[in-house]
Amino acid sequence: MSAVHTLWLGAAGGNSPSIPAPHLEYGQLSPMLVVFGAAVVGILAEAFLPRRSRYTAQLVISLAGLAGAFTAVIVLAAQGYGTTKAGLLAMGAVALDGPALFLQGVILLSAFVAVLLYAERRLEPRINGSAVDAFTAQGATVPGGEQERQATTAGFTTTEVFPLTLFAVGGMLLFPAANDLLTMFVALEVFSLPLYLLCALARRRRLLSQEAAVKYFLLGSFASAFFLFGTALLYGYAGSVRLSDIADAVAGTAPITPALANSTQNDALLLIGLAMLAVGLLFKVGAVPFHAWTPDVYQGAPTPVTGFMAAATKTAAFGAFLRLFYVAFPGLRWDWRPVMWGVAILTMVVGAVLAVTQQDVKRLLAYSSIAHAGFILTGVIASNKQGVGAVLFYLLAYSFTTLGAFAVVTLVRDSKGEATHLSSWAGLGRRSPLVAAVFALFLLAFAGIPLTSGFTGKFAVFQAAAAGGATPLVIVGVLSSAVAAFFYIRVVVLMFFSDPQPGGPAVAVPSAMTAMAITLGVLVTLGLGLLPQYFLDLATKASVFVR
Amino acid sequence: MSYLLTATCALPAAGAVLTAALPAGSDEARRRTTKAVALTVSLATLALAAVVAARFEPGGARYQLTESYSWIRSFGINFSLGVDGIGAVLMLLTAVLVPVVMLASWHDADPAQNPDGTFENRRRTQAFFALILAVEAMVIVSFLATDLFVFYVFFEAMLIPMYFLIGGFGDRAGGPDSGAQRSYAAVKFLLYNLLGGLVMLAAVVGLYVIAQGQGFATFDLPTLTSAIADGKLVIDPTAEKALFLGFFFAFAVKAPLWPLHTWLPNAMGEATAGTAVLITAVVDKVGTFAMLRFCLGLFPHASKTFGPVILVLALIGIVYGALLAVGQKDIKRLVAYASISHFGFIIMGIFAFTSQGQTGATLYMVNHGISTAAWMLVAGFLISRRGSRLIADYGGVQKVAPVLAGTFLVGGLATLSLPGLAPFVSEFLVLVGTFTKYPVIGIIATFGIVLAALYALLLYQRTMTGPVKAGIEGMADLKVRELLVVAPLVALTLFLGVYPKPLTDIVNPAVDATLSQVHQTDPAPAHPVAATSGGEQK
Repeated sequence: MSAVHTLWLGAAGGNSPSIPAPHLEYGQLSPMLVVFGAAVVGILAEAFLPRRSRYTAQLVISLAGLAGAFTAVIVLAAQGYGTTKAGLLAMGAVALDGPALFLQGVILLSAFVAVLLYAERRLEPRINGSAVDAFTAQGATVPGGEQERQATTAGFTTTEVFPLTLFAVGGMLLFPAANDLLTMFVALEVFSLPLYLLCALARRRRLLSQEAAVKYFLLGSFASAFFLFGTALLYGYAGSVRLSDIADAVAGTAPITPALANSTQNDALLLIGLAMLAVGLLFKVGAVPFHAWTPDVYQGAPTPVTGFMAAATKTAAFGAFLRLFYVAFPGLRWDWRPVMWGVAILTMVVGAVLAVTQQDVKRLLAYSSIAHAGFILTGVIASNKQGVGAVLFYLLAYSFTTLGAFAVVTLVRDSKGEATHLSSWAGLGRRSPLVAAVFALFLLAFAGIPLTSGFTGKFAVFQAAAAGGATPLVIVGVLSSAVAAFFYIRVVVLMFFSDPQPGGPAVAVPSAMTAMAITLGVLVTLGLGLLPQYFLDLATKASVFVR
Repeated sequence: MSYLLTATCALPAAGAVLTAALPAGSDEARRRTTKAVALTVSLATLALAAVVAARFEPGGARYQLTESYSWIRSFGINFSLGVDGIGAVLMLLTAVLVPVVMLASWHDADPAQNPDGTFENRRRTQAFFALILAVEAMVIVSFLATDLFVFYVFFEAMLIPMYFLIGGFGDRAGGPDSGAQRSYAAVKFLLYNLLGGLVMLAAVVGLYVIAQGQGFATFDLPTLTSAIADGKLVIDPTAEKALFLGFFFAFAVKAPLWPLHTWLPNAMGEATAGTAVLITAVVDKVGTFAMLRFCLGLFPHASKTFGPVILVLALIGIVYGALLAVGQKDIKRLVAYASISHFGFIIMGIFAFTSQGQTGATLYMVNHGISTAAWMLVAGFLISRRGSRLIADYGGVQKVAPVLAGTFLVGGLATLSLPGLAPFVSEFLVLVGTFTKYPVIGIIATFGIVLAALYALLLYQRTMTGPVKAGIEGMADLKVRELLVVAPLVALTLFLGVYPKPLTDIVNPAVDATLSQVHQTDPAPAHPVAATSGGEQK
């Protein structure tokens, strides 16, 4: 038992020092606090407001909460908390620095757009005069059962999705800012649990949706367990869950205590712990070989939720990934790099190759998101400042494009709801040239065609990776981009050069909210392609982590 | 700083946006407005290009009328334009051909009328002409860009409008599955070129990282080339070879060089005649142009190392393309294979590293553009009359449509480099330039000319002479619009065949500058007088 850490002895020895009341910097934590506060208000509204006024109230609360939090992020950034005044908050549990603020901004904007998509009520046919959205009438009813029928005919809607999303957003804001492994784990759970629920709430094809949620939940729980186990092992190694302490222990610069002297000899603890943390995070970003859930969940979840996950979850998870590997393990690059190279190469290749055979547009976008996770990983692996900036920029660009793409998916409908089978998209360009052109723009951005945001992002990560000595990754990257281009182009061919099927889907006319989401996607996609300088600067300025 | 070059690029781009935004409609008047607007813009672009060429001083600085605007500071990217002799003539070629192509494709994009009197896709006309203008703008930027990144961006981006032009607008002569074949051709075109472009992207990134490491965090071409020439920027030989291959691969796909050529016959066969001319006479020239400007300027040592290999590939392309052209049953595919053979000559001229060869190659780009445009567009008129692309469906056309047959003959004779027509000058220069350094390759390449005579004259003989075939009897001769298309091309072919000096005067200094970058001089005499005037060589 000599290896037991002094920290543990202090706690077990009975003479515990009085626990000081935590000092919280409320102002600097305000982005998260506003979102969590709005979520709580949303729950109360759900409990106390009459059914008919809930939708409006929830929409207002959500948008106001997200806008307020975004304003807080801007104010903090303007005061220099992203650069000169960066520091640790909440007794070191939360970091406030450039990457945290940048990613929080991206997450909040994506969430704002996603909420607009959630609130879309003009696409589904009205039921007994009441407008309904993409979510089930009542989540607790058995699909196809009598209760479900009653709830549906009564025109119920699940307005709980708004506070659930706000809780998820709160967790996502915390995730890339978490400065110790336990906070990171808590954030992971806070944003994952609402997402599992949200996935299960589709109005159409409920069984598929629930299956997706169960798969996501089971695999996600495994991933969380891995993450937690990894945390425990690293605590055993370094005697602390704080990222900077772990970095010190790894570098051998930590103050030597007898217990630490013993455990830091044990590289097995370190490497296994690190591997387990990586499993948890790679699962969330959807990297191969932890990607298997992605297509099923993306397909089954209600499309607005899929868009939200594809944009915001990826951003949050890559943020945590960057912080973990740049703050806690900067000295260990040669140990984790080969493995990460393998993961990145596999992710790019598998994502691109498997996408080629997909027949469903949501699954196609899922595999595309896997391939993009691979491209982003090349930037993470660059392990230089350019790499961080490039990843931040890529996440910003990708979030808006992917949200826009899923927004378009919600518009193409037949009598059974969204027509996601690719064959039914044939000839869309002849019937609705504008919608098809917009979707083609998003696909070209995914493919990384110049003058779109996708190209700028890809160029930035590849340039960082090459500067970081990862030339083989760049070569694999461009080759899998070529494979990926094939399936994006295939959809363009279908839309523009194939004859429309008789009885094929029509493009529904959305309300201003979806239209706004799509317009924003188009503007950002073109803007970051044509004039990316301001945001590249912002990302570069924001690319320094605080320790 | 003048804004002339930016204006030359921006005008067709703005025209594309304007044309796309014009009101759609099924009535003839609205369509005519659209076409008139697009044609006016392209003619105005031609005027600007002519002003640029007139203000260009052949004996002056390497890049003239330069402009530079900060674009992406983080990567040291500026939107820099500048014109050199080679860029000037190719820009002029583009600006001449685009209005001609528009006029030739006047009715190719009219929406098809359904049996019930409605129109299928009412924006077709707007889309077609907007896409042509977009291609023109991007090609001109590529010819003028002096920033490697800017060049890359537009080199890649032009694939997208080109792709929609090929896939969305075919001639109406295809079979029942022409739609499927057309989208196959469009996808093949895009994937080949995209793969090439992505490989080049890796090389561009690699070059930037190497240059950045030595204090040149820039994509500015003059800076990079002079730093490389002065030895301030040293690229290790292995890396230089890899980077060269990355660049060259993209350009060889675009040009296209054997064995990366297979997309061209599909694309040219399925697209409208106008689009086919855009592909082979305009867009593909960016590939050969870029070999001259980027491969040779940035990677002089690797260019020399790989030169002989590329010469052999070009030689194979010359003979292979010509042989396959002889065997084609489809008129448009025949022209495509002939073009592959011609691109072999151009690339051979570039990598022979003699001033005659490179001057010849540059002239060849222009002359091939003009003569192939004439040949292909007349073939397009022929095909639209009969509704078939098969050679076997024609015969005796010269009896019913003598003017059409006559202009088709001129196009064919220009393709086989008849002395007195423009392509002869350039082909002769390329062969002489190659022969002085690589006699064997020069001799074998000469067989390409013999084969060219075979495919061009056989095509004429089979389609135009002999008894009048069924379906040809009532064929109308060329209309005024079509004559307007052909006349300037034939006139240019004749003029440049007799008097190529205006072009050679502009091109020569640029060629000498390019050659000095690769530390190559001609075998004695150092600067042959003959190269400045092809007329004397006949």
